[in-house]
Amino acid sequence: MRYLTDRKRAQGLGASGRGTQHHWQMMVSSILLCILIPLFVFTFGMGLGGTHEEVIAYFGRPFPAIVTALTLIVGVSHVMHEAQEAIEDYMDGTSGKLAYIAVSAFSYTLIVAGLFALVKLAL
Amino acid sequence: MADVNRGNRPLSPFMIGQYYRPQMTSISSIMVRITGIASLGTAFLIVLWLLTAATSQSAFAAMDGFLRSFFGDVILLLATWAIWYHVLGRLRHVIWDFGYWLEVGISEKMGAAMFIGATILTVLTAIVV
Repeated sequence: MRYLTDRKRAQGLGASGRGTQHHWQMMVSSILLCILIPLFVFTFGMGLGGTHEEVIAYFGRPFPAIVTALTLIVGVSHVMHEAQEAIEDYMDGTSGKLAYIAVSAFSYTLIVAGLFALVKLAL
Repeated sequence: MADVNRGNRPLSPFMIGQYYRPQMTSISSIMVRITGIASLGTAFLIVLWLLTAATSQSAFAAMDGFLRSFFGDVILLLATWAIWYHVLGRLRHVIWDFGYWLEVGISEKMGAAMFIGATILTVLTAIVV
């Protein structure tokens, strides 16, 4: 006789195969980004529109650099999960898995490329 | 199970318009997903701009010129609207997840508030920036 708890029964289920973990993580990053995105939109907006020298100087300053780096990490991860959620809903099988991996590759490349640019601008 | 009709029935995502009246709740929710994925494209433009700024004067001039052209302005304005809309949409999800404002009437009002709020915030951003 097998004993299954409610938790065990729910484990491994859902479109994501990971139950509610994804949902909870999205809630966490949503709340973080409700603060971060307004900061980023105006910070980035102020940085746009200058000469090359002004842009380098602007993103070399701590506040714009830190806000931009945080947005790259938290924000791009969030929209990556957003896109992967759509793939889980509308695509199946191998094509779905490959699309999911492609979105991961694209997003992680964006994050690291952006961070590299920020480091280079700041130093 | 033999008499169950499988594979020859309308599926939910494609019912809107044809079988299912577009409603504020469904359309505002679909827009959250669309604006979220669009923001991944916005992130691509921003990272490209930062990379060119970190690379060379000429590369920066090309990318910066594109983003500050009329076409670039239109893209950035739409991208700004999408980001603000998505923030408000996710805020609605957070409110729902905490168990508040789940009634249909209030959800519809929040949907309208997302469209109006995103537009106001975009205009505000365009004025400030």
